Amino acid sequence: MTKFNNQYKAWFPILGIVLLVTFFFSMKLGAINISWSEIQASFSKLLSGEAMNLNERIFMQIRLPRALMGVFVGASLAIAGVLMQALFRNPIVEPGLIGTSSGAAFGASLYFVLGSVIKIHAGEWTLPLAACIGGTLSTVAVFFLSQNRSTGKSSVVALLLTGIAINALFLSGVGFLSYLARDPQARSIIFWNLGTLSGANWVSVSIVGTIMIVCLFFALRYAKQLNALMMGEDEAIFLGVNLKKLQIGVIALNVLLVAVATSFTGAIGFVGLVVPHLLRLMKGSDNRFLLLGSALMGGILLSLADLASRLLLAPAELPIGIVTSLVGVPVFIMLLRKKQYYF
Amino acid sequence: MLEAKEITFKIGEKVLLDNASVQFEAGKLNLIIGPNGAGKSTLMKVISRQLIDYQGTVSYNQVDSKALSDKKLAQMRAVLSQNIDLAFPLKVWEVVMMGRYPHFTDAPRQIDRDACEAALEFFDVMYMAERDYLTLSGGERQRVHFARVLTQIWNPIPNQGRYLLLDEPLTFLDIHYQFQFMHKLRELLKEKDLVVVGVVHDLNLAAQFGDVIHLIQDGKLIASGTKHEVLNTKNIKKAFHLEPVIYNNKEKGSLHLFFE
Repeated sequence: MTKFNNQYKAWFPILGIVLLVTFFFSMKLGAINISWSEIQASFSKLLSGEAMNLNERIFMQIRLPRALMGVFVGASLAIAGVLMQALFRNPIVEPGLIGTSSGAAFGASLYFVLGSVIKIHAGEWTLPLAACIGGTLSTVAVFFLSQNRSTGKSSVVALLLTGIAINALFLSGVGFLSYLARDPQARSIIFWNLGTLSGANWVSVSIVGTIMIVCLFFALRYAKQLNALMMGEDEAIFLGVNLKKLQIGVIALNVLLVAVATSFTGAIGFVGLVVPHLLRLMKGSDNRFLLLGSALMGGILLSLADLASRLLLAPAELPIGIVTSLVGVPVFIMLLRKKQYYF
Repeated sequence: MLEAKEITFKIGEKVLLDNASVQFEAGKLNLIIGPNGAGKSTLMKVISRQLIDYQGTVSYNQVDSKALSDKKLAQMRAVLSQNIDLAFPLKVWEVVMMGRYPHFTDAPRQIDRDACEAALEFFDVMYMAERDYLTLSGGERQRVHFARVLTQIWNPIPNQGRYLLLDEPLTFLDIHYQFQFMHKLRELLKEKDLVVVGVVHDLNLAAQFGDVIHLIQDGKLIASGTKHEVLNTKNIKKAFHLEPVIYNNKEKGSLHLFFE
C-alpha cells in the first residue's frame, strides 16, 4: 500500500549520484588538474608500494583528503542545521546564528594562542576538543538565556538577539586573542575565521568522517521526536517525548558536529541553513528525510563551494567561508522575507 | 477511571487549584465548565501531567500518573490543546500520523496506517489528507487534530483504559462542526474503556451533550453531576454572577439556559 507514504527514498539515489559526480570533479580540478589515469595510477601504486610521481602524490596526500573533507564537513554542518532548526522550531536557525561557531572559534583561538604556553596536548584531538568546549559554552548560553523564565519557551526574537549578544562576546574574545597573538598564530586565527579546506589531511579527515557518521546515526534516532516537536513542546510531551533529554541530546550532537568540523576547517557559514531549506522545497519536512538528505546534499554543496574556492582565483584560493556566505546570505534574506515562515 | 484527588496547585502566592477532587468515569462524557480564570485549564494540565509540581494525586486506572513512563502514558492518553501552530510544512496525514509516534519505533507499521486512516475517515477529513497543513483554516486544523489525538488512542489497550482530554475543543468550529464533533464524541463513547474529559464554555452545549458536568470556581470543584444537578440557578449565579432563566423540557429531558 502506498497510502500515507512519502516517496522520499527515491531522492536518495539521485542525491547519491550527484554527490559522486561532484566528488569526482572535486578530486580532479584545482590549481593542478589531475587526470583519471593519474588517479588510477596513484591507487595502484598505493597498493603495490611503488613510488608515486608528483601529481600522484598531490592527489593522494592533498587532493583526495581535501575532497573527502568537503563531503564530510558539508554533511556535518547540514545535519547540524537540520537538528537545530528542528529543536528551535525555526527554519532560519543555523549553527552560526546561535553561537556554536563563534564559541568553537573562540575555543580554537584559545588553543592557538595558549596551546604553546600551557602545553596541554591530547594529540590530534586537542584542537577539536578546545573547539567543542567553546561551542558547548556558547550554545548552552544562548539556549538557556533565550528561554522565557516563566514559560520555559524561547521566542525566535529572543533567540536571535541572544545569539547576537553571545556571538559578539565570543568574537570579541577571538579578536582579543588575535590582538595578543604573535604573527603565525594570528594568521591561523584569521584563516580559521574565514574557513578553508586546504589543511585537510588523512588524520583530520578520518576524525571528521567518524564523528559525522556516528552523529548521523544518533540524530536519526531523534528524528521522530523532532517531528513531534514541530507542533510545539507541549504536544511533543503529550506524544511521550522527554523534552529535556531530547534537548540535551540534540544540542550535544550539534556541538560535536559543528565544533569538530569547524576545528579543522574554520568557520564555514550558511551550509546548515541552505541545505535543509533546499530539501524542504523538494520533499517536505519529515526529519528522517531531512537528516539523511542533508548528509548527501551538504556534501554536494560544500564540494561545489570548495571547487569554486579553488577555481575562481586559481592558482590562488578564495576562503571557502566567503563562497558559502555569498550563496547563503541571499537565501537567508529570502527566508526572512517569506511570509510562510512564521515568527 | 481517571481520578484527581485533593489537588492543590499554586504559582507563588496565587492558588490556582484549591484542594480539588474529581472523578471522571469511562463511557461518560465529562464536561468541565466554569468562569474565566476558575482553573479549568490548570486542572486539565494537572491531569494530563503537563504540570507536575502540584499537591495531591492524579491516577489513571488506580495508577499514580507520576509513576507512568512517558511512553506508556502517551500510548493511552491523548490531549487536544488549543491553537496548534506547525513550525514547518507537513501534509495533513503526516500530522495525523504523529499520533502513532508513541506506538512505533522507526517507521509506521500497517496497524499505525490503519489507525491513521480510520481516524481520518471518522472525522471526515480524509479528503484533505494530502494537503499542506499550513494552508488549512483554523477550523480545518482543529478537525485534523481531532483525528490526530484519536489516532493516538485508536486501539483499545487491555486493562488500561484510554483517556481523551480536550481543552476547549470547540473554539475554532462553527455551530455545524461543534454539533458534529459532540455527536462524534458520543459515538466514540460507545466504547466503554474510553474516558473523555472536555472543557467547554457553552453551557447549553454542556447541558445537551454532557453526561457528567463539573463546575469549577476559584480553583474549587463546586458541583459535579448531571445537568439537572449542576445547572441550577444557585450554582450558575454563584459561578457566573448572572441570573439564568432555566427551561426544562420534561418530555425530551432537555435543559436550556437563557440569560437576560
